[in-house]
Amino acid sequence: MNKKQINNILIWFSAIILIILIMTPGLWVVLTAFRPQVDVMAKPAVWIPRNLNLIQFETMLFGGSEGSMGRSPIPVLSYLRNSLIISFTSTFIAVLVGTIGGYGFARHNFKHKNKYFLLIMLTRTIPGISLSLPIFIIFSKIGLIDTHIGIILVFVALNIPFTIWLTDGFFRQIPRAMSEVAMTDGCTKLQAFWHIELPLSRSGIASAGIFAFLISWNEYALVSNLARSTDSKTLTVGLMDFTAQFTINWPGMCALAVFIIIPALILTFMVQKHLVTGLTFGGVKG
Amino acid sequence: MAKVSLQGVSKFYGKVQAVKKIDLEIIDKEFLVLVGPSGCGKSSSLRMIAGLEEIDEGIIKIGDKEMNNLEPRERNVSMVFQNYALYPHMTVEENLGFSLKIAGLAKKEIEERVHEAAGILDITEFLQRKPSQLSGGQRQRVAMGRAIVRRPDVFLFDEPLSNLDAKLRNQMRTEIKRLHQKVSTTIVYVTHDQVEAMTLADRIVIMKDGIIEQIGTPLDLFERPATKFVATFIGSPSMNMIKASIVKQNNELSMKTNDGIIVPVPKDKQYSVSEGQNISFGFRAEDIVPLKFGQKPSSAWEMKSSVNLAEPLGTETLIFTNFGEIEIVSRMFTPEQVKSNDILNFALNLDRTYLFDENSGLAI
Repeated sequence: MNKKQINNILIWFSAIILIILIMTPGLWVVLTAFRPQVDVMAKPAVWIPRNLNLIQFETMLFGGSEGSMGRSPIPVLSYLRNSLIISFTSTFIAVLVGTIGGYGFARHNFKHKNKYFLLIMLTRTIPGISLSLPIFIIFSKIGLIDTHIGIILVFVALNIPFTIWLTDGFFRQIPRAMSEVAMTDGCTKLQAFWHIELPLSRSGIASAGIFAFLISWNEYALVSNLARSTDSKTLTVGLMDFTAQFTINWPGMCALAVFIIIPALILTFMVQKHLVTGLTFGGVKG
Repeated sequence: MAKVSLQGVSKFYGKVQAVKKIDLEIIDKEFLVLVGPSGCGKSSSLRMIAGLEEIDEGIIKIGDKEMNNLEPRERNVSMVFQNYALYPHMTVEENLGFSLKIAGLAKKEIEERVHEAAGILDITEFLQRKPSQLSGGQRQRVAMGRAIVRRPDVFLFDEPLSNLDAKLRNQMRTEIKRLHQKVSTTIVYVTHDQVEAMTLADRIVIMKDGIIEQIGTPLDLFERPATKFVATFIGSPSMNMIKASIVKQNNELSMKTNDGIIVPVPKDKQYSVSEGQNISFGFRAEDIVPLKFGQKPSSAWEMKSSVNLAEPLGTETLIFTNFGEIEIVSRMFTPEQVKSNDILNFALNLDRTYLFDENSGLAI
């Protein structure tokens, strides 16, 4: 065996270890969702599942049936509706505003530009959860607790800085000459943006969109404070419905977790091409 | 088709004045080249004509219409950029037709005009390709095609050849000149390359530090440089330039270099110089030749010097030698072998020597 082969084996070995480390908890969640509570709680642990079933999903979606833990069904569909409304709306607004912001920072010069940019980025250094109390107090004063709008506002504020940062980078990659040519070609500034710069930065915008969506979709801590009822509780917050005073319905919770993962997974796969590859700038000598 | 005029045009970037109140009249259908070292304001001037930079002072007219407050799209100019700036997400055909589509032309007419332009530039076979699938020269052609289809009043070229290799550059240079003959539209062309300027231009504008040093035909600039800068900028190799002061010797005015070499002031042009004046005198490489291998000019001044380096180029040989302490270059057209350290007698053609005032830089 030569050095190169040994190297290869080492690389593969480390990669596999790494993948196992990353994947195991996720796989365990999925597995648990299909196993009976007895199996899950068994000591010593039962590693290889003895029987798998769909009871948790049935209970979750269609209400209690025999074999479930007899708890009142959890309003998953309401939670799903809330999650979808909040995530898509907040992502749309954040990407729209953030892209315009990113374009502004990339293409325009104004006084104290770098300071403003730094300021916006600094907001990312504050842990979101530390904001939950001030947000709660403000929202309770203006009546935004337990509303879609309130939670959407929070997510928009959380996601805009990141979107600005990401799209700013993408717009900077596009040579200025591109929009200048478009403008001498007869475009207004807006048309040049729409026909040329926007299509060229769609990878960046798609990336920003998927990140913003995942943050909104998966956020738990903030929403758990702001959402009180089925009017605004999201799927992640709904996970806590599986805890009772003395027991936790682990399989049920995991079933909901699987239910949460699937849409995010589908969306990620849909835009992964944009996440992985940037556009090749063939129009410019590179 | 239109003339372009710049009247007292200035451009500021913060406190820096990139273009300083320049006046320029570009004649209809003229091929005008703006040339100068980087930072001389040539690109800023071009971009002001295009409408991509604000005009801070003065007036720019295309035809008889003032352009100052018009958007680029309202000026009916086409610009070709250094990096081509083709739209990477469109095919060549879409690139060419984009401006017509924006203008709202009918599909059929767009197609006709795109094919006409593609025909002129010989890119018809690439119409369905994306820019990334084209070579540098082809991309450059597409960029020019995109400018042609619009049938603009003025073409603006911003260093269009500087990204190409030497061979392709020569080829495209010829094509641009041919294109000008075919479409006969006013062209304003920016470059830092004096060879491009000389070969392409009807008239050349030489700029430096935001002002126009001289405007003239290529031969004008070559034969009658108005300033020391123009003299050294135009021509390859650069004109030899030697600092000297005017002294009186045997009742005749002479030029004394800093190394003490004394050269008589050429008599043919009756230079108005006075004793004690600080000047530079310049001469081109072909105007100082080794006596042994060249023809002795009628009013020659001779000197003996050793060869530092010789560069045989086939039809000519460049000989680097010293004029006092200063290295100068001589161009010899006879195919003779010259080696380093050879001692040669050089004859300087005084009739073709240029004098410049050292303080103002202006030709005397």
